[in-house]
Amino acid sequence: MNDRICLTIEGARLIDPERSLDIAPGPASRVHIRDGRIVATGEAPAGFAADSVHHAEGHVLIPGLVDLAARLREPGFEYKATLESEMRAAIAGGVTRLACPPDTDPVLDEPGLVEMLKHRARSIEGAHLHPVGALTLGLKGEKITEMAELVEAGCVGFSQALAPITDTQVLMRAMQYARTFGFRLWLQPQDPHLARGGVAHSGPYASRLGLSGVPVIAETIALHTLLELVRSTGCALHFMRLSSAAGVDLVRRARREGLPISCDVSAHHLHMIDLDIGFFDSNCRVDPPFRSERDRDALRAGLLDGTIDAVCSDHTPVDDDAKLLPFAEAEAGVTGLELLLPLVLKWSQESSVPLAQALRSVTTGPACVLGIDAPSLAAGMPADLCLFDPNEHWTVSRGALVSQGTHTPYLGRSLQGRVRATWIAGKRVWSATAKPG
Amino acid sequence: MPVRHPQLNAHGELKHLLTIEGLPRDLIHRILDTAAGFVGVSDREVKKVPLLRGVSVFNLFFENSTRTRTTFEIAANRLSADVVNLNINTSSASKGESLLDTIDNLVAMHADMFVVRHAQSGAPFLIADHVDRTRGNVHVINAGDGRHAHPTQGLLDAYTIRHFKGNFQDLTVAIVGDVLHSRVARSDIHALSTLGVPEIRVIGPATLVPSGIEQMGVRVFHDMNEGMREVDVVIMLRLQNERMRGALLPSAQEYFKHYGLTEDKLARARPDCIVMHPGPMNRGVEIESAVADGPQAVILEQVTFGIAVRMAVMSLLSKS
Repeated sequence: MNDRICLTIEGARLIDPERSLDIAPGPASRVHIRDGRIVATGEAPAGFAADSVHHAEGHVLIPGLVDLAARLREPGFEYKATLESEMRAAIAGGVTRLACPPDTDPVLDEPGLVEMLKHRARSIEGAHLHPVGALTLGLKGEKITEMAELVEAGCVGFSQALAPITDTQVLMRAMQYARTFGFRLWLQPQDPHLARGGVAHSGPYASRLGLSGVPVIAETIALHTLLELVRSTGCALHFMRLSSAAGVDLVRRARREGLPISCDVSAHHLHMIDLDIGFFDSNCRVDPPFRSERDRDALRAGLLDGTIDAVCSDHTPVDDDAKLLPFAEAEAGVTGLELLLPLVLKWSQESSVPLAQALRSVTTGPACVLGIDAPSLAAGMPADLCLFDPNEHWTVSRGALVSQGTHTPYLGRSLQGRVRATWIAGKRVWSATAKPG
Repeated sequence: MPVRHPQLNAHGELKHLLTIEGLPRDLIHRILDTAAGFVGVSDREVKKVPLLRGVSVFNLFFENSTRTRTTFEIAANRLSADVVNLNINTSSASKGESLLDTIDNLVAMHADMFVVRHAQSGAPFLIADHVDRTRGNVHVINAGDGRHAHPTQGLLDAYTIRHFKGNFQDLTVAIVGDVLHSRVARSDIHALSTLGVPEIRVIGPATLVPSGIEQMGVRVFHDMNEGMREVDVVIMLRLQNERMRGALLPSAQEYFKHYGLTEDKLARARPDCIVMHPGPMNRGVEIESAVADGPQAVILEQVTFGIAVRMAVMSLLSKS
C-alpha cells in the first residue's frame, strides 16, 4: 500500500557521494519517489503526480548511511539493548543499512541463528541488516564454520569480532578456505599477546595514569602477519578499526601493491585521543584504544587519501553496571549509531573536506566492502534516504539518544548536524519530531 | 561542561585527596607544615587531639594492606575520629555487590571520610565522583589505587626529604626498581617535581620502566651504578615476588645484582645521601640489610612522619 505512494521531497540540498553531486536547493534538487524507488531528480517524469510533498528547506538529503559495525546485542545481551531499540537507533541516525558482528550469545556460527536474526530484523521496521558470520565455531579460533552455508543464510563476510585466532595455522586455513569461495574476512588487526591486559594506548598518558597499555606494535605486528597471509592465500581481507599512524601506513603501502584489502575506522577514533580519558573516564574505554593525536591525524589523512574505505559507528551498547566501574574493569565500547553522521560532519568541517567527499566514507565506501551497489540518488535506486539539518546543534544526552546504549565521551557535549527524517524504500520510518531531543 | 579537578570543591579547596598531580606547591607545603605540627602529638603522654571528634572514618580496603591501613587508623585515632575498618576482597566486579553499591551502603551509614585502597587505577576517582553526585559532604582519600597514585606516601616522602635536606631546589633524587607497577613512584615524581627538585631519576631494567615516563620530567637510567652518581636521596621501590613469574625478570638474584641497593652502589651517591623505602622491604632483593639498617637509612622515620602527614591530610579535608 504505502510503497505505491508517490512522494516528492523538495527544498533540500542534494548530495550524492557516489556521483560526486552537490545540488543546491531549487527545482533541480527535487527528488521524486514511486514504488519505493527514486524515479527522477529535478523535473518530475511524465504522469508523476505526488501524493505528498515533503518540504525540506534548510536540510540536506543524502542516500541512507551504511554502517559496517553495529552491535544490536541480540541474541544474548538483551539487558544491554534489543533489536527493536537498536534498529530504531539506526534509523534515528540515518543509517538504512548495517552489518552486525557475530559476537552475540550464542555467536553467529550457525545458519539457523543467522536466519532467525534476519527474520527478527524483517519483522521490525528498520534498516537492512547484514550479519557478519563467525569465522570459527564459538569464535574460539579453533574450527572454521560452514562458511558457504552461512553465506546462503545471509552472511556478508566472516569475522572474529574481538576474539583472537592465536593459532596462525588455523588463520591461514580459514583464509585459504574463504578464498576458495571468494568470501571476505573481516578481522581486527591486534596481536592478542601484546594487547593482553591493555586498556589504553601504550604511551605517556597511560603510564601517568597507571593503566596497562596496548602498544601500537600490537596492531602493526598483526597487520604484517595478516598481509603476508593475504599475499600467500589471495584471500580478500577487510581490516576493522585501524587505530594507529603506523597501521595506516602499512595498509597504504599494501594497497599500492594491489592486495585485495580494505579497511575501516570508527567514528569516535577520528576525534578522540588518549588524553581524552582525563580522570579515568570509562566512556573512553574502547577497543582498540584511542591513541595519540598523531595517530588520530593519520587516521584522518588515511580516510582522505582513500587508504581507509569507511567510517563505522562501532556501535556497542553497554549497560550502566558494566560501565560504572574502575576504568580497566569497565566494558569496552561506546554508542555510535546516532553519532556516526555528526562525527563525520565534524571531521569534514575540521579537515575542510567537501561534504560530498566526506560522506562517501559512510555510503559508497562501506557499500563496496559489503559488495553491494553503492547507494545513490540516481533514478532507479531504492529510496533509502537520510535527511539532516547540517546546522542544528544538539546536546548528546540520555534523553536525546534512542539507543539503549548511552555511553560515549560525547555525553553532555554539543554536536552539530542532526537527522531530521529517514526513508526506507520510500517509506518515512523516522522523523525527528518522533522523539524530542 | 566546566571541567574542574575532581579533588577540588566548587571553591577550589581540597575536598578529596586522590592524586598529587595538579596540587599547587603552596598547598603541598601547607600539608607538610600542618604535618610538622602533628609530629609532636605522638610524643605526648596523651597522643590525641580533638580535631575530628564525631567524624566517622571508614577504611575501605579492597586490596590487603595491614601497614597502610594501620597508619591511617592510628592517624584517625589521634585526631579523635571514629574508625571503621573494612576489608573487602574483590578480584573482579562480577562477584557480588558492585563497588558503587558498597559505597552507597556505607554512605547510608553516615560515613564522613573514606580511605580507599583498590587494585584498579582510578577507582577512588569513581568513588569520589559518585559521592559528589549522591551526597555532597563525604571526603575520599586515596590510599593507593593500582599503579596510579599513593598520594599520602608521596607527601610523606616529601616531608621526609624536607626534614633531612631542608629544601628541594638543589637535590638529585633517584627512584629505583619496579617503576612500572609503582604508584609510589608516580606520586613521588609528581610531589618532587611540583616542589622544585631539579633532577629526578628513575633507575630500572627496561621491562620495569613504563613507556613515555620521561614526559613526567624524569631521566631514565638502566645502569644503576651510573644513575646513583652524586644523588642526594635514593628511594627504593618494593619488588613483588610475582614479577619473577612472567617475562619481566629472570630471578631475584639477578635483579639484586644489578638493581639491589648495596653499600657499594650507595658509595656512588653523595656521602650524605639518605636511603628511603615505602615498605615493606624485601631484604636481599631490592636492598641489602647493611644498607637498610645503616646510618643513611631513614626508613623508620618515614613511618613516623607518615602518621603525621595522614593526620594533616585528614584534618585539612575535614575543614573544606
